[in-house]
Amino acid sequence: MSNKSQHDMTADMSGRNDAFTDFQFQKDDRKLIIAFISFSFIAIFLGALAGALQLLQRSGWIQLPSWLTYYQLLTAHGVLLALVFTTFFIMGFLYSGVVRTLDGKLTPGERKLGWIGFYLMATGTIMATITILTDNGTVLYTFYAPMQATPWFYVGLALLIIGSWFGAFGMFAAYIRWRKNHKNETSPLFAYMAVATLILWLHASLSVAIEVVVMLIPWAFGLVERVDVTLSRTLFWYFGHALVYFWLLPAYIYWYVNIPQIVGGKIFSNSLPRLTFILLILFSIPVGFHHQLTEPGIESFWKFLQVVLTMMVVVPSLITAFSIIATFELAGRSRGARGLFGWVKKLPWKDARFFAAVMGMIIFIPAGAGGIINASFQLNQMVHNTWWVTGHFHLTLGTSVLLTFFAITYWLIPVLNGRTFTKTLNKLGIVQAGMWTIGMLLMGGVMHIVGLLGAPRRTSFSTYGDHELGLTWLSYHQVIAAGGVILFLSIILLLYIWYNLLFVAPKSEKTIQYPIGVINEQAEHPPRILERWSIWIGVSIALSFIAYAIPIYQLIVSDAPGSLPFRSW
Amino acid sequence: MHMPKLEKIWLAIGSGSLAVFLIITGMLAVYMGLNPADGMKHTVEPENVETTEPFNHPGLEQIGPNEYRATIVSFVFGYDPNTITVPKGSTVHFQVTSRDVVHGLHIPGTATNMMIAPGHITEYTQTFNEPGEYLMVCHEYCGIGHQVMFGKVIVEDTV
Repeated sequence: MSNKSQHDMTADMSGRNDAFTDFQFQKDDRKLIIAFISFSFIAIFLGALAGALQLLQRSGWIQLPSWLTYYQLLTAHGVLLALVFTTFFIMGFLYSGVVRTLDGKLTPGERKLGWIGFYLMATGTIMATITILTDNGTVLYTFYAPMQATPWFYVGLALLIIGSWFGAFGMFAAYIRWRKNHKNETSPLFAYMAVATLILWLHASLSVAIEVVVMLIPWAFGLVERVDVTLSRTLFWYFGHALVYFWLLPAYIYWYVNIPQIVGGKIFSNSLPRLTFILLILFSIPVGFHHQLTEPGIESFWKFLQVVLTMMVVVPSLITAFSIIATFELAGRSRGARGLFGWVKKLPWKDARFFAAVMGMIIFIPAGAGGIINASFQLNQMVHNTWWVTGHFHLTLGTSVLLTFFAITYWLIPVLNGRTFTKTLNKLGIVQAGMWTIGMLLMGGVMHIVGLLGAPRRTSFSTYGDHELGLTWLSYHQVIAAGGVILFLSIILLLYIWYNLLFVAPKSEKTIQYPIGVINEQAEHPPRILERWSIWIGVSIALSFIAYAIPIYQLIVSDAPGSLPFRSW
Repeated sequence: MHMPKLEKIWLAIGSGSLAVFLIITGMLAVYMGLNPADGMKHTVEPENVETTEPFNHPGLEQIGPNEYRATIVSFVFGYDPNTITVPKGSTVHFQVTSRDVVHGLHIPGTATNMMIAPGHITEYTQTFNEPGEYLMVCHEYCGIGHQVMFGKVIVEDTV
């Protein structure tokens, strides 16, 4: 097949004739973005391998060698996927869209901030990974005190977080520069959303940085003897729930900004997506207690208040569902679709950049409903710390967000290095997304069921003394393990596609388009107040203060005895 | 901000059902006292709990007709006591602490689901109406033997 016909194929798949434009990334910007993205690919491979092995051990399919424990693998899986893969990938993706929409290139200073971030994050990742491999950091990715890892595990994590701040500063600088040069203009939607995501990230990760740098590192070096366990957990979850929105918002960016172009439609509104992101900043932080509902030391009133605040995210989620479906329907109708649902058939189902993301969107409906159950005060008791919860975030992060990220790579790598996402690769991409969806439904779906029966999360193989219930759980584990095997095969296929896109696929003669949706002509200008960040940062801090000030004050003055360190693995 | 009429209806239905749901949840908490496990009491230093009241006498104590208090110390990797036996229809007031790391105590098939943090006492009350041998599992990773940390609640069928 000649290069030319492949171009046409890509153009056809996108449903538009203007799939090629003149925009090209500067070589130096390209390097930075590719560095972030490639690093994330290594992390996802190692993390997925660890995930598959621990699952097979838990289900009784394999036994691990004496030098490798279940909990080491579980720690590696969580750190490398939930913390490392996500943060690197998101930095790369956000940088790409920020460069694309803010005058097409970074200044040397902005780029330098990005590189400082990259190297700090990479150093931190390597440090943490070594401590996990040597069994000195087997505390899982939530690292609850008073289990104490080597100090270098915490230093590694601190570098990962602080590094990401430099990445964020680079993008803030680009945004401020653009605002100066374009007075009285509405900022591009992608850049606006990237800034919102990073403000959320900065606010939330400040809390875990305080936990790690002020509490855990001095304690791990032996400078202080004891640590306040509940306070450290509270600081972790101040960060921990916002972390899941930090994963989700870049997926929302793709759904709101990029996909409309891929389906040949238009962005439905220029204001509602911005409002959505503001609401998500406000209601993703003062909600961490819904992870601590069954915990002592926090009064029930504050737990309930945070449950109410948690549920506020239902509103932006409903706005998002409406907007995305409206975009798809209008796109389908503009291509002559008839009847109530005729537009569904007009969507580019055979385009992996669409198909993978849409599978993620569909799964997000039941997954989000499960999330409402988790956060529902009394209902939480039925599922807290069972495998249900693991199932929940494997359907949300592991499916909705990850499938969207996979879809992003299918055009982002070609845009960056000029290689074509060929017809064959596109087919493989659809197979990959299909396998991922089936694997996750088996694994995550059955985790929900066995979790309702009480099976705990994060637990090595056990028959619980051959108790009837323990043996019932094990029978479900077999299906979960089968789902895990399908997922691992899907990752291997994904790596094959990425390898081709990075090094093998034919070079395109023309520039490949970075898909940025056009805003619907009827959409009105967004109200100026949505761009006045100081107001929203202020409201975000105020809400967090209301939700957290008194319970944290109570934890500090009540002076529960601190804990000595333990190495119980 | 412009919003199509259909979207307004969609949001009104969604937000309305959410409000009803939260009001019901709140009423269950306030009027029926249905709160998840909690506890604002402290212990002495975790490593000394076993020489101090009440955890120097862990075990089951009858405090009324059909009413018991279960005082449990959790540790790597077990519970003291490891098994408690009560007649059907008993109400058990759990008070649990840890002498080392964070543990959990979950009794599948019931609403008893507690996080056990050193330095704190977690409290929860559960009535066991169905006879049987319930598992009591640690559901928070606590170390290399986490998977063998479990006990039993035996609810006997009264004649």
